[in-house]
Amino acid sequence: MTTVPAYKNVDRPRQDQLNRMRKVAKYRAKGRRIALNSVAVMVFVVAMFPVYWMVSTAFKTNDQIFTTEFIPFPTSFTFEHLDRVLSEGVAGNSIWLYLRNSAIVALGTVAVGAVFSLLAATAVARFRFKGRTSFLIALLVVQMIPAEALLIPLFLSVKRLGLYDQLLGLIVINVGLTLPFGIWMLRTFVASVPKSLEEAAWIDGASRMTAFWKVLFPLVAPGLVATSIFSFITAWNELIFALIIMSDSSGYTMPVALQFFFGQRGTDWGAIMASSTLMTIPVVVFFLLVQRRMVSGLVAGAVKG
Amino acid sequence: MTDTSIARRGGGSASAPAGRPRRSHRPPKKASGLNPKYIPYVLLVPGILVIGALLLYPMFQAFVISFQKVGIPQIRDVNPRPAEWLGWENYTKVFENDIFWSSLRNTLGFAAVTVSLTLIVGTAVGVLLNQLSKRMSTFLIIGIMFAWAVPPVAQGVIWRWLFDAEAGIINWALNLLPDFLSNALFGRADWTGQPWTNEAFSILLILVVTVLWSSFPFVAVSVLAGLKGIPGELYEAARVDGSGSWRTFWKITFPLLKPVFAVLTILSIIWDFKVFPQLYTLMNGPTNREAFNLSMFSYAEAFRSPPKMGSGAAIAVILTIILLVVTSFYIRQMVKSEDVQ
Repeated sequence: MTTVPAYKNVDRPRQDQLNRMRKVAKYRAKGRRIALNSVAVMVFVVAMFPVYWMVSTAFKTNDQIFTTEFIPFPTSFTFEHLDRVLSEGVAGNSIWLYLRNSAIVALGTVAVGAVFSLLAATAVARFRFKGRTSFLIALLVVQMIPAEALLIPLFLSVKRLGLYDQLLGLIVINVGLTLPFGIWMLRTFVASVPKSLEEAAWIDGASRMTAFWKVLFPLVAPGLVATSIFSFITAWNELIFALIIMSDSSGYTMPVALQFFFGQRGTDWGAIMASSTLMTIPVVVFFLLVQRRMVSGLVAGAVKG
Repeated sequence: MTDTSIARRGGGSASAPAGRPRRSHRPPKKASGLNPKYIPYVLLVPGILVIGALLLYPMFQAFVISFQKVGIPQIRDVNPRPAEWLGWENYTKVFENDIFWSSLRNTLGFAAVTVSLTLIVGTAVGVLLNQLSKRMSTFLIIGIMFAWAVPPVAQGVIWRWLFDAEAGIINWALNLLPDFLSNALFGRADWTGQPWTNEAFSILLILVVTVLWSSFPFVAVSVLAGLKGIPGELYEAARVDGSGSWRTFWKITFPLLKPVFAVLTILSIIWDFKVFPQLYTLMNGPTNREAFNLSMFSYAEAFRSPPKMGSGAAIAVILTIILLVVTSFYIRQMVKSEDVQ
């Protein structure tokens, strides 16, 4: 019982102490914020520098490129490399042609893949049916198959079907490569739309088709865009099948064409950096557009199943 | 699961729903005269056809080809010869090949190093993102998004340029080191002309850096998403109980994010096991046999003259089996949590 009066006396010094502690905490928080922000800036620089270096090399003159010195900014700013890859290009064709081929393959893949994956995702997310689980397991397992295992049989089939050296053959293969993940990702978007919305439409007399188009589809559309962009990027970046299926240089896609800059007599780094920049731009734009949704789709598709 | 009648009845009566009692909340059937039972199967037809024809059947074919001899005489356009059955010969030959063992070592070693580095760096950046102010974290996310977005072939090109022997920025930076330090660490002071892309070990080193650089952003952003889902009260309670930040991470953050880490680990393993475009670009095609991984070895066997498709397929089958074994745990886990919903 002797401690009770003792408390009364400490009242004032405690307040002082508290104030001092608050001040220290405030400084410490400030120091912490500065430290965190500087680490963040460092990570930013490390992540960005290689990309920046690609773009800046593309706009430097050759004497600023081929030097052992560090020239942080292209002070001799030039479009000559860009001009050269667009007019002369590489392997006998302008870079435009390869960009066009890549775009055809990627857009074709997306067009077919979007329809197929929407149908299948609706089936697994909206219906309970026999074989549904097996289908989902199959979706998971086929994603483990490495492209190299499919390379040889698909190469032989493509030759047999007369699709060798045709962009159509690449589109077909890319649809196969991107579809399992597309379905997997899209089904979480379909499942997240409450079924009661469609049921309400049914009660109002809408057919399944109408309910699908007027109710479900608009709500799933953003997810479909994210999934399509993912397929687009996969097809746009695909190298290994394009290497073996396209033998004529007029059918090369960008990833294949880039390989031809590495010549016997030294590499034209200005030209290759200009081409890589051109190839990277659409992907970066898409990434920034759907950044948030893509992450949630990837993680949800993977984590929650 | 009452729809067991499908197999028996086939599609025959699909368009004759008349007279069957309808459950009240079903939509009217006039627009599509299809029994709702069959709708999911119809919707799945294109998907199943694509997956079957372009993934499952080729996988089976690859398995068959791995027991056959398939070379020029079998794949030529005019008058091709039928494939010759070899039994296990492709496999025994592959196992006798030194390049196979070095490829296997490269694949496993590369995956082990890169996956762990990616997870460590990515988690650290994810935790950092979570501590930053809103503006700062958006800024950093956009920055790392650039690294993530660069196409694999362009990644290879960029890092090859950074490590260029004459004009590469890495050699320039190494030359900046004080001579005594550089001598003590690496036994040399002048780095100009160091040909990084000539030797297998340094090629793989560049490959680790390249893949790490391009794949830590995904881990970081996923960890951030996971962290956002942890209620703040838990951290408050930990702070009240006097737990330090290291302890808080291992006792609260890590256990709660375990599922996220499991998925990230598996995805990274899958991706890093079959890294191909970056390696292809870094060494300009399948040139340096000692730097091959299994993907590159399979590609080189099957598509460099003389084409040995059978042996290429055997390597691909081995790679697939390794991948399936490594990831089977994950698949089982997913299936368990899956089939209920």
